[in-house]
Amino acid sequence: MSSLLEPEPIEVMEHSNSDPDKISAILTDEEKLEIDEEAKHYEGKSSVGLEALRIVQKHRGWISDNSIHAIANYLKIPVTQLESVATYFQLIFRQPVGKEVIYLCKSASCWVMGCDQLQKHICQSLEIKPGETSKDGIFTLLEMPCLGDCDKAPVLMLGEEMYRNLDEDTIDTLIDKKKQLHADKSTD
Amino acid sequence: MLTNPLTKNITGKNIAADIASYLANDGYAGWRKALTMEPNNIVTLVKDGGLRGRGGAGFNTGLKWSFVPHGEDAPKQKFIVCNADEMEPGTFKDRLLMERDPHLLLEGMAIAAYAIGASIGYIFIRGEYHLAAERLELAINEAKSQGLLGNNILDSGFSLDIFIHRSAGNYICGEETALLNALEGRRAIPRAKPPFPQVSGLWGKPTVVNNVETFCNIPHLVALGVDWYRGLGLEQDAGSKIFGVSGKVKNPGTWELPMGTPIREIIEQHAGGMRDGLRLKGFLPGGGSTDFLGPDHLDLPMDYDVIGKAGSRMGTGTIIVLDDKTCPVGLVLNLSQFFARESCGWCTPCRDGLPWIVKVLQRIEDGEGLPEDLDLLREQCQRIGPGKTFCALAPGAAEPLQSALKLFEQDFIDHITNRCCPYK
Repeated sequence: MSSLLEPEPIEVMEHSNSDPDKISAILTDEEKLEIDEEAKHYEGKSSVGLEALRIVQKHRGWISDNSIHAIANYLKIPVTQLESVATYFQLIFRQPVGKEVIYLCKSASCWVMGCDQLQKHICQSLEIKPGETSKDGIFTLLEMPCLGDCDKAPVLMLGEEMYRNLDEDTIDTLIDKKKQLHADKSTD
Repeated sequence: MLTNPLTKNITGKNIAADIASYLANDGYAGWRKALTMEPNNIVTLVKDGGLRGRGGAGFNTGLKWSFVPHGEDAPKQKFIVCNADEMEPGTFKDRLLMERDPHLLLEGMAIAAYAIGASIGYIFIRGEYHLAAERLELAINEAKSQGLLGNNILDSGFSLDIFIHRSAGNYICGEETALLNALEGRRAIPRAKPPFPQVSGLWGKPTVVNNVETFCNIPHLVALGVDWYRGLGLEQDAGSKIFGVSGKVKNPGTWELPMGTPIREIIEQHAGGMRDGLRLKGFLPGGGSTDFLGPDHLDLPMDYDVIGKAGSRMGTGTIIVLDDKTCPVGLVLNLSQFFARESCGWCTPCRDGLPWIVKVLQRIEDGEGLPEDLDLLREQCQRIGPGKTFCALAPGAAEPLQSALKLFEQDFIDHITNRCCPYK
């Protein structure tokens, strides 16, 4: 049983965004501090699983198997319990995502206002299907339930920012802007 | 006389009312008054005010509170929880309230907490609402710094901490028992009822879960009284409400209007009517899980029981308009895909029934439908209806479908006989 609750810590390695083998199975001090802060709001550490997943995802980009073990180990909850939560919530990523996640609203109001056409356009220009990441690793496209901005449909969220009253031109501009941003970053 | 208690602090600018401007406009007057009252009297006041849950179910809020056990034998720890998991398709009212006037929500929660004897509150907010969560966080700190939240509030001896829980998706978290499981760090799967959360909720303790807009009604109801509040409504139901319209109208948006405002006034005056060249074919009166109504229903008032008698639900009061150039089968397919994807997978009718419905609707939309498909869909609506499933998700999914099959039957038949979607 102890192996379930306390997995052997895997050697600490420098973590990269997408290679699961290089993601640490030990939480950083910063991650622990943030989790401890959230845990103060709840009865017992087991309740803070989702927050912990969000915090670790914020730092690591996604939740790898090693990250699941690290969190479960730290919170002293069964790995299976945490995994059942991690796989349940749409905004917890159990596989690597791009640097920019496009959350396209696919709900009724946006559908009436033409979100399917926009989705086709995004898929064509990024050469991906919904749920996939572009070859350059910059964009991931996700289909979302109602984003709650229906009077400005169609809408999408990119990162934490909402973009409203969209058409193909505004989407092209947005994608180009983000591509440029990451091109600049990589040449810095 | 105040007629817009929910939006009086909301201006054209996208900023939140801060504590100074909130206080300057009689903010926390309801909270100050509540602290001088017997908690039981607040419950009675809210019950008599006739406030009904604005999350969609329309249950009397005071009555809901009254089920919380009190007295010496009652558990000492109780919780107040705000359902800010706004994810009903076509619903965009709670975002507005939280982003623009976060103190109104906090004040409503504080009064509710005092009334039921809760010392901890959680705002369960969907993970996508970043701005709302940030502004609420700021507002909580402001209220604490003024002694309006925290320990020994305004020297009353009553203490309340409110925390924000950022969720991470999933429509089912809007179901209150699923929400409580999520708050406890579990999978958000609905619980069996009874026991109801008021008796055994969060960590088994008495808990009241109310919607954002419901809480926002409380401060003025307490401050200005039952007669004022009941007088706001035009028909049977009391108070005002944030109504909204989305779809191909000239001026989509949200407006605070009296309960009982006629649907025609909302769509034609406030939303500016249909865009040029389009006719209203039907509408969902209160989000994706309500039955379609048609042009014949435009003169009905937005009152819970009236819309109920017309065969639908007022739900969240945010109307999705369907125009005559948009395919009703396509819209119902889109809604069914949403419900199928959001099913938690716990009970069979929902987990298996919804994807089946999607499959049948998809083949009709693709021009491959069979004549017997309509009866099959009608049968499916029965099988996922009320009483057949663990929670209200699947019955909610049946509502737009069963009503579309009646109102837009000819469209379904045309898809099947023409072997294509006539709208494409």
